Amino acid sequence: MTNWMHHLLILPILLPLMVGAAMIPIDERNRMAKGVMGFVSTLALFILSMVLMRIASTDGVPAGSGVYQLGNWPAPFGIVLVLDRLSALMLCLTSGLALAAQAYSIARWHTSGHHFHSLFQLLIAGLNGSFLTGDLFNLFVFFEMMLAASYGLLLHGSGPLRVKAGLHYIAINLAASSLFLIGVSLIYGATGTLNMADLSMKLATLSPDDRQMVEVGAGVLGVAFLVKAGMWPLSFWLPTAYAAATPPVAAVFAILTKVGIYVILRLSLLVFGASAGASAGFGQSVLLAGGLLTIAFGAIGVLASQAMGRLAAYSVLVSSGTLLAAIGLGHPSMIAGALFYLVSSTLTIAAFFLLIELVERGRDAGADVLAVTMEAYGDADEDEEEEEAGAAIPGTMAILGLCFCLCALLLAGLPPLSGFVAKFAILGGLFGLSGTETAPAVSAADWTYVTLLIVSGLAAMIAMNRVGIRTFWASIENTVPRVVVIEITPVVVLLAACIFLSLQAGPAMRYMQATADSLFDPTGYTERVLTAPRAGGQ
Amino acid sequence: MEIILSAAIGVLTASGVYLLLRPRTYQVIIGLSLLSYAVNLFIFGMGRLRVNAPPVLEPGGVGDLSRFTDPVPQALVLTAIVIGFAMTALFLVVLLASRGFTGTDHVDGREQRHD
Repeated sequence: MTNWMHHLLILPILLPLMVGAAMIPIDERNRMAKGVMGFVSTLALFILSMVLMRIASTDGVPAGSGVYQLGNWPAPFGIVLVLDRLSALMLCLTSGLALAAQAYSIARWHTSGHHFHSLFQLLIAGLNGSFLTGDLFNLFVFFEMMLAASYGLLLHGSGPLRVKAGLHYIAINLAASSLFLIGVSLIYGATGTLNMADLSMKLATLSPDDRQMVEVGAGVLGVAFLVKAGMWPLSFWLPTAYAAATPPVAAVFAILTKVGIYVILRLSLLVFGASAGASAGFGQSVLLAGGLLTIAFGAIGVLASQAMGRLAAYSVLVSSGTLLAAIGLGHPSMIAGALFYLVSSTLTIAAFFLLIELVERGRDAGADVLAVTMEAYGDADEDEEEEEAGAAIPGTMAILGLCFCLCALLLAGLPPLSGFVAKFAILGGLFGLSGTETAPAVSAADWTYVTLLIVSGLAAMIAMNRVGIRTFWASIENTVPRVVVIEITPVVVLLAACIFLSLQAGPAMRYMQATADSLFDPTGYTERVLTAPRAGGQ
Repeated sequence: MEIILSAAIGVLTASGVYLLLRPRTYQVIIGLSLLSYAVNLFIFGMGRLRVNAPPVLEPGGVGDLSRFTDPVPQALVLTAIVIGFAMTALFLVVLLASRGFTGTDHVDGREQRHD
């Protein structure tokens, strides 16, 4: 691997950080320029993450590639960035979502507050850092960076509703950050290392007392991630916050819950995998029970919500619960399907968040929210925004309705789209349909999971039907919302990505399977990290 | 010394959690601050308590490592303090914005809610 290729690994963090910082001094009147800058940066990131994905999925990579030593110190002592299939996948998903949300925001929403595009870039930098880092404390720093940006973005647009939701969101996340620190320092106190790969090697050799300390630390740490992921008793903040956020922000927030899930998946399989001795499988029963309860809570929430924003927010919970319970069940054959589900459901929910505002624009409820926003920011923007709005699309209602139908199919997991493929892959893995391995014994927990997964799909179907009929067929004041091309394009592109995922399910599943295999056999990961040579000679 | 430190952490955490659960925004922010002090002390304690031991090596060689204290938790505490401070400042701004919108310092803004 040539020298410059090696440095590609730091770019997903550095590029948005620099662009975000460079945009701060630019005057807010040049919003369009900022938007274009941000969009170009995100586009570059998207291409970059594709390249990184290709590098990560090349088999037989030489030792040391995909590991970037910050400060050129070897692994257990210095901080490293690690690229593997899972992190490359998450990078790709992040930049794809960000691209769509950013394009959407340029049409209207970035005018309703200051520094939207800077915050957006900083959020991406924090997300990418969290996915790439191989060090626990560094993970905390990137986590905080991502959270700080997300506070700003949630408050974007201001208004009493958002400030109230933001207050709760910030308070709970600050408390969770304290837990994060306690967990990390407990683990450091017991093992003397913060490097994830080193930690997984050391765990088996610890004395029982120290191992108990690590388990306590991991438990406390896990609570911090579960708050982020929205596991049931820790998730009451989520629907309000997500429903209050502006649409492009809510769309990109769809991946914030997945950060929690990513870390739990990574750490539980790396540190508490088969090699952990007596600690193997630590916390799985909690993940399983919590995941099942989250699906149930989310499904009830989906049925109970009147507003579409809350419906989408509860769908986030269902998606989180499905993934957490799949991790908790711990069948290697299910994880590939779960990863496929992660990608598909994140794209769907993001598209749905973007679509909601377009659909509701013509209705009174939506108009109220908008009026509040305008009131908070002053009337001056209304004229400006009319000028900026491009050509309205013809056949608005037909296109919106079609997108809504696709969202409903994807959320409920009906064939032929990727929502169905994902659920089928999870259940297929559970019942041993993949053909490569013998069928695992199906336990009571497995049956509960299967039932809840299918019932949650039914709940989503009923709720989407009800909302769809009320919005598109039984609408009394037949106003057609004015939607411009740049707003509907991101929704269409996200849904097209889901359709593409369903058409290319074979290659996608092969990638997910390879990812899952490498997660369940972390020796490759730890060896790569710990034996990586220093750059520039010995 | 261990007793004093652990008691201090315990008292700070208990007061922090109590205040965090109170309904006024000012109490919540003080609670979060106390909690972050407790956490900072806790991180520091995880490097083991040593008196009169420097965390950095002296010039001219490594020397006897048992005479030094663990520098990593001290570096972590520094980072945690900075981040915690910034977050508290940010929370303060949101708190004031909420006060401005709702006219009350209740965390739910309930006294003025009509919906």
